[in-house]
Amino acid sequence: MQLTVNGTPVFVHTGGREIDSARPAARPAIVLIHGAGMDHSVWSLQSRYLAHHGRSVLAVDLPGHGRSGGEPLDSIAAIADWVIALLDAAGLERAALIGHSMGALVALDAAARHGTRVEAVALLGVAERMPVHPDLLAAAHAGEQSAIEMVIGWGHGPRGHGGAQGGSCPTPGLALIPGGRRLMASVRPGVLGVDLAACNEYGQGADAAASVACPALFLLGALDKMTPAKAGRALAARVKSSQVVVLPQTGHMVMTEAPDAVLDALTSFLSLRRG
Amino acid sequence: MAGAKFLKFDTQSLHAGQRPDPATGARAVPIHLTSSYVFSDVDQAAALFNLERPGHIYSRISNPTVAVLEERLATLEGGVGAVCTASGQAAMTLAIMTLMGAGGHIVASSSIYGGSRNLLAYTLPRFGITTTFVHPRDLDGIRAAIRPETRLVFGEVLGNPGLEVLDVPKVAAIAHEAGIPLMIDATFTTPYLCRPFEHGADIVMHSCTKWLSGHGTAIGGVVIDGGRFDWEASGKFPTLTEPYAGYHGIDFAEEYGPAAFIARARAEGLRDFGACMSPMNAFQILQGVETLPLRMKCHIHNARKVVCFLEGELNAEKGAVAWVSYPELVDHPDHALASRLLPHGAGSIISFGIRASGQGGGEGGSRGAGRRFIESLTLFSHLANVGDAKSLVIHPASTTHAQLDAEALAAAGVGEDMIRLSIGLEDCEDLIDDLKQALRAATKG
Repeated sequence: MQLTVNGTPVFVHTGGREIDSARPAARPAIVLIHGAGMDHSVWSLQSRYLAHHGRSVLAVDLPGHGRSGGEPLDSIAAIADWVIALLDAAGLERAALIGHSMGALVALDAAARHGTRVEAVALLGVAERMPVHPDLLAAAHAGEQSAIEMVIGWGHGPRGHGGAQGGSCPTPGLALIPGGRRLMASVRPGVLGVDLAACNEYGQGADAAASVACPALFLLGALDKMTPAKAGRALAARVKSSQVVVLPQTGHMVMTEAPDAVLDALTSFLSLRRG
Repeated sequence: MAGAKFLKFDTQSLHAGQRPDPATGARAVPIHLTSSYVFSDVDQAAALFNLERPGHIYSRISNPTVAVLEERLATLEGGVGAVCTASGQAAMTLAIMTLMGAGGHIVASSSIYGGSRNLLAYTLPRFGITTTFVHPRDLDGIRAAIRPETRLVFGEVLGNPGLEVLDVPKVAAIAHEAGIPLMIDATFTTPYLCRPFEHGADIVMHSCTKWLSGHGTAIGGVVIDGGRFDWEASGKFPTLTEPYAGYHGIDFAEEYGPAAFIARARAEGLRDFGACMSPMNAFQILQGVETLPLRMKCHIHNARKVVCFLEGELNAEKGAVAWVSYPELVDHPDHALASRLLPHGAGSIISFGIRASGQGGGEGGSRGAGRRFIESLTLFSHLANVGDAKSLVIHPASTTHAQLDAEALAAAGVGEDMIRLSIGLEDCEDLIDDLKQALRAATKG
């Protein structure tokens, strides 16, 4: 689905069913917000299910990413405000926000500052601070392949990397690490650097968490090297109404490494039903 | 900051795609000989059928044993995903059917496996898909053969049996200029010797029956998606970028991003055409893949020794060898290209010609000498296969390429005198002794 947000064309994947903004009570909206240097397709094992289980799904390509136009936004707060503008453009008063990594910070910040617009948040692979190593930041700004290698390498747990105890992508026949590498390589030059800088500079996580009034689900990978589960738990402790699910044998890419467990947790959290 | 660590090729040959069986702890890959899988509940069943959740429904579409092989081969090639098929020919057919329908056109190298040639030249035209064949070294010819309705450029890294080396980077660039993908049959090289995605190819296929297995016990194929081709930008592939009624209007490029091609190949191609790989075969092929790096090193070592021997025969006075073709030889037309694309070795296929004696009784000419040579071998097996652990031999003009007329034979580089050797893992002194005595017998007339 194409929308126009702040004058810029935006692509939203709706999971195979059109959104129903006229009847928000019948099919409440969910916005899926991807992480740095990615796009809506990272949610392919959640978006379609959610759309067929009673929700209007907006798996968005953030500005400058995927099929959306415009330039990438350079701060978490700016992206959070943009998500609210997206709700306006789609004719939606409220939505649940589900974000991964950078997208999780966006969802957190939006819930803190636009509480009336956010029904609930689910934060995947998240921590109060996401400092980015200067080497990675420099490589990303320079558009070097090594930046992608670092994100993909550090981002995946054993399901991606394989090894004696790992291996086996949940989707038959796919390979997670080459898939992640190709997705990030398809993002426009410079976008990853802007995204990572936005993560690096965001320092309001603790305050934002304390301001969140809606229910919050934290979905954390037990083997996450980028946003360790311990940090995610600490952030969750600051949210008034939060629950934490730690997924075993899972790294930072929780929704691709453990898609069924993620869906099960979301289904329970959002009280989903088939429809 | 320390760079991220990834497991290396040899390690992935043993481990990619597998973890100890969660039910039993089995270290080896279990053979899941089951047609179907019990659903946990009605909702899960509906979700699987609507591609909402990952998992197995029916072994024609996916199977846990086959999935290990698929993920392993995708990982070794650096592709985003793979679909294993009943044979290499099924892999090629599946890829073509996923990309195009009637009216589609293919530009293919003229030096390819005879079965592939037959599919493209004689069978697919019945379904409205036509092919123009171009010599693999004729890059201008490849460019000129591309038409508005062309949907694929196809070639082999090493031509069969002429051993022409395809300039994959340049051919990929030509294809991409026209907004179409390049598919490479990399059977002869395996990902150990060449990873075509790193050189610009978009789809890779193999006959798994050959070097990937090594044991010659299982027929199988695989098609692997590089995930780099931008189907949306091309605008020529509605199967991947427009709603598909088969799954309630799914748009594969929108849904799966880089994995669009391989997702449709499975969801439509395996589901409807049904040329799936048996789990038993997947298990057997996996046993081969585990030792692929070790075997390829030995194949290359032995091939180089045999080439050296044949070169000696070529240069000897009254030697029985008329010519030798192997891309590592300095007089091979693609020598420089081979050293760039195939730095670890140019495979273990060697072509050579037997010098016709023209004297004595019996069947004269090079065809007769070839026949006597093959019949005199005691260690090489005369059969229609390549890439076994055991050394093999064949006379292409009368077997694998017998359907080609004289002109097509010439275009494929197949002469009457050509012998194709597939060098195996025996002690190479034994191989050379066998070749020596057979050459003597061949030239006696």
